[in-house]
Amino acid sequence: MVGRRWWTPWLWLAPALALLGVFLVYPVVDTVRRSFLDERSKSFVGLDNYRFIIDNPQPLVSDTHSALLNNIMWLTLFTGITVALGLILAVLTGRVRYEAAAKSSIFIPMAISFVAAAVIWRFMYEFNTDIGTVNAAVTSAGGESTDWLRDTGSPQTWLTERGPDTMPRPIQINNLALIFVGVWMWTGFAMVVLSAGLKGISTEVLEAARVDGANEWQIFRRIIVPILSPTIVVVATTLVIQGLKKFDLVWVMTGGRAKTDVVATLFYKEAFRVGDFGVGAALAVVLLLWVLPIMVISIRRFQFQEETR
Amino acid sequence: MATVTYDHVTKRFDTVVAVNDFNLEIPDKEFLVLVGPSGCGKSTALRLLAGLEEITEGDIYIGDRLVNHVPAKDRDIAMVFQSYALYPHMSVYDNMAFGLTLRKVPKEEIDRRVREAAQILGIEDLLKRKPRQLSGGQRQRVALGRAMVRDPAAFLLDEPLSNLDAKLRVQTRAELSKLHQRLGTTFIYVTHDQVEAMTMATRIAVMKDGLLQQVGAPQDLYDRPENVFVAGFIGSPAMNFFQARVKGQREEMHLDIDSFQVPVPASWLDDLLPYGGKEVIFGMRPENICDPECQPCSTEAAPVTAMVDVTEVMGSEIFLHLVADGKAFMARVDPRCRARPGQEIRVEFDMARMHVFDPETEEAIGSREKR
Ligand SMILES: Nc1ncnc2c1ncn2[C@@H]1O[C@H](COP(=O)(O)OP(=O)(O)OP(=O)(O)O)[C@@H](O)[C@H]1O
Ligand SMILES: [Mg+2]
Repeated sequence: MVGRRWWTPWLWLAPALALLGVFLVYPVVDTVRRSFLDERSKSFVGLDNYRFIIDNPQPLVSDTHSALLNNIMWLTLFTGITVALGLILAVLTGRVRYEAAAKSSIFIPMAISFVAAAVIWRFMYEFNTDIGTVNAAVTSAGGESTDWLRDTGSPQTWLTERGPDTMPRPIQINNLALIFVGVWMWTGFAMVVLSAGLKGISTEVLEAARVDGANEWQIFRRIIVPILSPTIVVVATTLVIQGLKKFDLVWVMTGGRAKTDVVATLFYKEAFRVGDFGVGAALAVVLLLWVLPIMVISIRRFQFQEETR
Repeated sequence: MATVTYDHVTKRFDTVVAVNDFNLEIPDKEFLVLVGPSGCGKSTALRLLAGLEEITEGDIYIGDRLVNHVPAKDRDIAMVFQSYALYPHMSVYDNMAFGLTLRKVPKEEIDRRVREAAQILGIEDLLKRKPRQLSGGQRQRVALGRAMVRDPAAFLLDEPLSNLDAKLRVQTRAELSKLHQRLGTTFIYVTHDQVEAMTMATRIAVMKDGLLQQVGAPQDLYDRPENVFVAGFIGSPAMNFFQARVKGQREEMHLDIDSFQVPVPASWLDDLLPYGGKEVIFGMRPENICDPECQPCSTEAAPVTAMVDVTEVMGSEIFLHLVADGKAFMARVDPRCRARPGQEIRVEFDMARMHVFDPETEEAIGSREKR
């Protein structure tokens, strides 16, 4: 290639790199920098901010331990339940007569904005049974109305009650109530992607398994799931990242009160409510370190698939 | 190992009757071939037996057991699908072992059976591969192997050769026959290819539009077709059919086919007497029309003059496309014959081998022994 300089491709890449630099690299680097400075970003404090997260000196104002534990809960429960439910629904809706209608109705929550969904579910969990559908259902079934979101000290409170003290700390009913909303919103996504994968499995393969002597469960477990596993991994990765960054639902429904904070809400609070940029930045870095390996794994996987095509 | 019985089986899909009052008993160890044109219900008949479709009416027995409501997994049959339907995520070994692991057969026993089947099929070197790393012919063997290791009561095969090239198909045909002898299991084989049917079958069952037309040994079906459809379906090139009118009294009785006339052999007089003056369908296979110039004809030969339209040289024989007064038909003659397109030649019909059918019912006329 005559007359082509080594820097020609870089010239074309420059605008994109500049944008990335301004809007991605600079904020990341700056956040890392601030995580080593004090609350006004004035003087260097070493690892003090990280020590704050680990030692959790102010559990009543900003409970870092509960935020980390809650995030792990979001990561595992939210991802696990959503994938499992999506898979089951993908298989079941594939067998009903009104497949399209069934799928659309399950997918609808995905089309609602997260804030709107959070508001809807705040009403759903409302203590007053004239407003709160969930409590209306509970009371009509003979149960006691529960404030699902707030810590009122009443015997059962869904979004606020921490549950009996015998339970491990993160398993609070209000956290489960929040995670349930997340599951409600994302199940449609998991179902649609997985059922597309399911459609790709030849019916003859499933029939062959039946003739070979497999019952429905064995077909699901030993034929469908392994064939779908690449798709399941893609869905799970998406959901894990969602679960890690979860902010909107928690922020709108509880504001992180009654030990429902996750890392994302806590760093927002620290940085912009408490006004401690140091701890806020350190929490953001923790979140970044958490997401990073998952991103790397999924990119690797993507490259691997590209190669083996 | 078992007999398979279809007792007045009907299968309806909404408006379509895919299998209509199907009645068939398949003895133990038989190689039965279900043959018919596309869409005639062959696959459906097989899938009903496999338990992959629900029976609308009638009963199916495997051995003495009524299996109408027995799920596929408990019917003790193995099936080879047209697309082979191998499990894509399993190795060849695991594909073959799957059915046995489900039945909790001991590991050593599974290993023994899989290796034995692989050896018979010549796929020992492929056991570690995944299906996508195999050629079509190899996949087909794996599918057969997967069925073999199960040692089932019956083997069902739905057009297993249709994805193979012509040469491999001929080779696999012979191997399947050998496999059948070796295993001594009931084989039920679906195909739309009458050559496959003729070469492998103990008995052939011909289907059309969901209805069973005729069941019999290949040669029997070829020599004594019971209706126009079977006569035309079995044999390649197909039997020639002519609209004919039965004319003349006893000794002078002949078939009048507008352009030419052929005498009725003495043995047929009684059968055709009731049709005197009426229309019939006259059938003659191409190989029973000969060119007396190059090969001797039978004693009951009837001469017909025809124009050679096209000749197809096959090497071992020549197909002559002939036209007699606008009516086209085909003859299959010795390669030494010198007939050329455009030429007018005299061929002879071997009347001892003629077929006659009733034009309304399309059923064969005449007693079985004669045909
Ligand atoms: N699941 C189904 N729903 C509705 N109609 C069906 C279904 N399966 C088969 N049919 C109909 O039943 C008839 C017989 O189908 P079948 O598959 O048995 O034909 P076939 O003889 O195997 O044909 P081919 O040689 O093309 O495989 C066809 O008219 C087909 O359209
Ligand atoms: Mg078919």
